[in-house]
Amino acid sequence: MSAASLVTSVASQAGTTLLGVVLAVGGFIGILAIVFFIAGRVTGRFERPLAIIICLVPALFLVTLGLIIPALTTINNSFTDQQFLGQQKVSYIGLKNYIHAFTDPATQQTIVRTVLWLLIVPAFAVGVGMLMALLVDRMKHPSLPKTMVFLPTAISFVGAAVIWGYVYSWKDPSLPQTGLLSQLAIWLGWNNPPNWMLSSPLNTFLMMVILIWIQAGFSMVVLGAALKAIPEEVVESARMDGASGWRLFRSIQVPMIRSTIVVVLTTVMITTLKVFDIVFTMTNGNFNTDIIARRMFSDMFVTSQVGRGSALAVILFIAVIPLVFYNVRQLRREREIR
Amino acid sequence: MTSVSTSADVKKPLKGAEARKAVRRTFSTPIASIAAVAIGLLWTIPTLGLFINSFRGKEDAATTGWWEFFTHPTFSLDGYRQVLTGSGGMFIPLVNSLAITIPATIIPIFIASMAGYAIAWLPFKGSDFIFFGIFALQVVPLQMALVPLQQYYVHGLRIAGVTILPSPHINGTIAQIWLSHTMFSLPLAVFLLHNFIAQLPRSLMEAARIDGASHLRIFSSIVLPLTLPAIASFAIFQFLWVWNDLLVAKVFGGTDPNQQPVTARMQNLVGNFGAHQELLAPAGFLTIVIPVIVFLALQRYFVRGLLAGSVKG
Repeated sequence: MSAASLVTSVASQAGTTLLGVVLAVGGFIGILAIVFFIAGRVTGRFERPLAIIICLVPALFLVTLGLIIPALTTINNSFTDQQFLGQQKVSYIGLKNYIHAFTDPATQQTIVRTVLWLLIVPAFAVGVGMLMALLVDRMKHPSLPKTMVFLPTAISFVGAAVIWGYVYSWKDPSLPQTGLLSQLAIWLGWNNPPNWMLSSPLNTFLMMVILIWIQAGFSMVVLGAALKAIPEEVVESARMDGASGWRLFRSIQVPMIRSTIVVVLTTVMITTLKVFDIVFTMTNGNFNTDIIARRMFSDMFVTSQVGRGSALAVILFIAVIPLVFYNVRQLRREREIR
Repeated sequence: MTSVSTSADVKKPLKGAEARKAVRRTFSTPIASIAAVAIGLLWTIPTLGLFINSFRGKEDAATTGWWEFFTHPTFSLDGYRQVLTGSGGMFIPLVNSLAITIPATIIPIFIASMAGYAIAWLPFKGSDFIFFGIFALQVVPLQMALVPLQQYYVHGLRIAGVTILPSPHINGTIAQIWLSHTMFSLPLAVFLLHNFIAQLPRSLMEAARIDGASHLRIFSSIVLPLTLPAIASFAIFQFLWVWNDLLVAKVFGGTDPNQQPVTARMQNLVGNFGAHQELLAPAGFLTIVIPVIVFLALQRYFVRGLLAGSVKG
């Protein structure tokens, strides 16, 4: 294919795709408009019920089809020996998939590693976010450093993995380095830095850094807003009483925003539990870096062990429930106080 | 020691904005500013490395570190040219990402705001239960939905061998990704938009009723326009979420590279270590640049949404 025809074919493919989008969105809005127009003619005692049905049924239908039934099906699948998608004959094997998850050494390690992620990432994300929130709170022009820390929020986990690839990449020490971390190590006198992504357990911690890098901005923004919401009089009178620096922070600011800190912690925890992209992109779970979310993906879609993958999904679900409920309770309590 | 020395200071307590300024002045130490800027720089360096590498010559980017740019600057757009025009490049994935993200952002806005309106302003027996039920579904990790939903797309919905709902026959198309993202976004969207819609003034609705407007008419010509700030918050959230998503795209996107969004394409590129090493930086930068622009432009709405509790559960 010549270059010109390649360009034309690419352009026409792009055109077709985008035309499809316009048609789909336009069609969707058009159908809504027609339904609204026809239903708008109805008056009298049927008007209200009809409006309720039109407004509510699409959402109810979609959450039932997309979340409720699938969740129940997955719970059901987790008790079967289903191997691949659409398998017709499956038999129930009780709790075997769960027993496997907790006794198989590789999966056990995966679970332990996930717990490590769960403890370390939220702690550091909140730590950095809090530090940054306190610092910019004292600045005259806080927006630039704030944006710098907040920006990774907009970057995909895959994009982040590429970005950090240039930090962690490894070359033989005799060659010019391409990875920043190796170069820093060499500059600091460590002449033979290891291949970072291959050395366990270091690789797991290095990947945690990526997620901390992404999540710190979120916690900075939410904690910063909470710090701003503390009445000035409180801070001022504490300062009058001689509290400053660390003491002010520990005995005034932290207690006053405690519930926000908890909400941020649990939110980052939930994200951490479910992130599979970073490990998937950087090591694909090799070199002792696997975590539940990635393992579950490969069980379900790569290695044909749908039953086992479903059990991991249910474990994830059960781990998330208390976090979400705690979160909601805190949020609600906070709203009541305000 | 210093500020309480004169009696004038003590007699006149500062209030409001003035007090805030005074406090900020006392707190504003150069050390805090330097530390904040230092952390900001530390957070930017990795991205800066990618950015610089994407503009360096292919050879240089693959064999030397990006910091060499400061001592031996080379500049070349070859990487971008190849990534944008070459076959298997990023142009079609970028188009696909847009094609996935735009409908997957617009469709849930309508469905969720309609539901939020019905629950907030047309209460009926059980509407509270429905609201709480949809809200509680935020607990369900979308990982739980993947296999059964995929099965539905291929075979239709069967319970105990009986087909209840036929397959929509959209298997392998991007419509499947739109639909999935719409479903997964609804708990958050309904929650967020309902909370906003419920706070619209009652008098407005009553006046419109008296003027003879139907419920549906009130929704389309009063509620929807007034809800725009909340819609903006949700839309930027959903846009970033869908654009940056890899899992849903990977599961429902099929294996055809012509249908992959940027994230999936990028993940393939990274997986092929060595094969297209020199394209990684420009491709990576193209992957992140659109969400970053959207984010910077609409940061205010994003923060507002964040503080209103729009965090994907």
